[in-house]
Amino acid sequence: MTFLLDLQRVSKSFGGIRALNNASLQVSKGSITGLIGPNGAGKTSFFNVLTGLYQADEGEFLFNGQAYNPHAVDQVLKAGIARTFQNIRLFKEMSVLENVMVGRHTRTSAGLMATIFKTAAQQLEEQQIRDEALKKLDYVGIEPFAHLQAKNLSYGAQRRLEIARALATDPLLLALDEPAAGMNQTEKKELQFLLEKIRRDGVTILMIEHDVRLVMGLCDDITVLDEGRVIATGKPDNVRHDPAVIEAYLGVAQHGD
Amino acid sequence: MMSKNQQLSILAVFACAVPWLALSIGGNYWVRVFDFALLYAFLALGLNIVVGFAGLLDLGYVAFYAVGAYCAGLLASPHLPHAFELIRGVFPTGLHTNYLFIVPIAGLLAACFGVLLGAPTLKLRGDYLAIVTLGFGEIIRIFLNNLDRPINLTNGPKGINGIDPMSVSGKSLGKAWHFVGMDIPSVVLYYYVFLLLVCLVILICARLQHSRIGRAWIAIREDEIAAKAMGINTRNLKLLAFAIGASFGGVAGALFASFQGFISPESFSLSESVVILAMVVLGGMGHIPGVIIGSLILAIFPEFLRATLVPVQHFLFGKILVDAEIIRQFIYGCVLILVIRFRPEGIWPKGKFA
Repeated sequence: MTFLLDLQRVSKSFGGIRALNNASLQVSKGSITGLIGPNGAGKTSFFNVLTGLYQADEGEFLFNGQAYNPHAVDQVLKAGIARTFQNIRLFKEMSVLENVMVGRHTRTSAGLMATIFKTAAQQLEEQQIRDEALKKLDYVGIEPFAHLQAKNLSYGAQRRLEIARALATDPLLLALDEPAAGMNQTEKKELQFLLEKIRRDGVTILMIEHDVRLVMGLCDDITVLDEGRVIATGKPDNVRHDPAVIEAYLGVAQHGD
Repeated sequence: MMSKNQQLSILAVFACAVPWLALSIGGNYWVRVFDFALLYAFLALGLNIVVGFAGLLDLGYVAFYAVGAYCAGLLASPHLPHAFELIRGVFPTGLHTNYLFIVPIAGLLAACFGVLLGAPTLKLRGDYLAIVTLGFGEIIRIFLNNLDRPINLTNGPKGINGIDPMSVSGKSLGKAWHFVGMDIPSVVLYYYVFLLLVCLVILICARLQHSRIGRAWIAIREDEIAAKAMGINTRNLKLLAFAIGASFGGVAGALFASFQGFISPESFSLSESVVILAMVVLGGMGHIPGVIIGSLILAIFPEFLRATLVPVQHFLFGKILVDAEIIRQFIYGCVLILVIRFRPEGIWPKGKFA
């Protein structure tokens, strides 16, 4: 089994609170892996640590077979991990297209002088950025809105735009923080199709999600966090029947059924 | 509706005719007003890169203007040989450096200062950044005011006098040119130089805005964390914005020094920074045409009031009731408040009447 992402014994404290406590996470190449857990379990902290937004106190980080040091967000992205945010963070005043064009930043190189003198190479690159961005918008299905301001998109379309923007960075691993939050059933179904398509096209997905049905239906592997620790990991069916998980998380849902 | 090219050519013809109209109506004084309006447009466009594009609120922008002006002042006036024995030995009448060198040097020096200011403030945003930059602006002014001792670098509050005017192919812009039987006064010559440079700056700004770099700046303005997560090196790009904005300020400073022939720390007070920022905000932050309109209005409107308030009062009341200066400040303030109330995004923000 090859892991695209292999994190071992990651710890992170905020003052006296241990948000992550020796947590390990593996994501197999080509899989959709779910990271679930009750509120405050440390899922988003884990995301922030592995993308370099927060510095881990300790832990070993392997990505695509190589040790990586999640120190600077831009370096992590360059290595091939792109993310979205729990509370959508778009560039609101920019157009939908420009948002995705920003995603091409690390994969392009035109410098100050090339821009000021508008060299042939810069113009060509700019054209490529635009074409790539339009392609990504088409891919997630919001190309007709390319020239709207991002803030005027519907909620579901904003989520798609965030995914398109992340895909524009040519990631190997797409890390989605609650991509279905706030969506209705139809939108969730569409999102599921989109994520499956992304996986088919060779991008590995790691997602935090609260919707149990979506996670169970979509994910190949699941890691369950509770109070900063990994309490279970495995196939959806195994995780579903794990007593520790039922107690910590799913148990509550089952009482409600 | 006219095509874009037609609109542009009409605008160009108008821009070229302005100094002659002003000259025939109001004489040299009014041409100077337009010269300064262009200089302010230059400054506002530079500040717009920092504030409008990258979203870094800078209240000390005038410091870079001062750096550029003093750079030109030292390189093109007899001050250095007056103050330093050593330089007097080599250049007895002053350095009199050509402006072809001074302008880039002023721009580069100001860019260095921009990075110097930017580096310690990278983690600050909004109000906090404004306070630090405000302090920086004041520090530069106070330095200029006091650097006449122990060594006389800036001549202190007395300022630097006798700065060379610019020259084009050896002909000084300080005196009128005779051209096919016509006299072109110095202020009109400067107008055209400034106009040319403002056009150049507009071109640079527009190209930057619609580029990888400009998009990264705007992304940082919109959401710094998301920008980082998109692989943008926010540190370098913020420093770049500071450096480019500052270099425009520095170049404008050098132009100002050559145009005035005299500079003193008084010209670089906090209120200048505030006026330039007001131009950017009034016009429409981050929108190049808006910023130009904003700077032209705020540079010309007070002069218009200055010129009209006295005759209007004479006409209406037969005497002067209120000092013109007071009404001028009052109307100026009212206009700013009205704009804030009714057009909070500026007179001509991005995406309106496009």
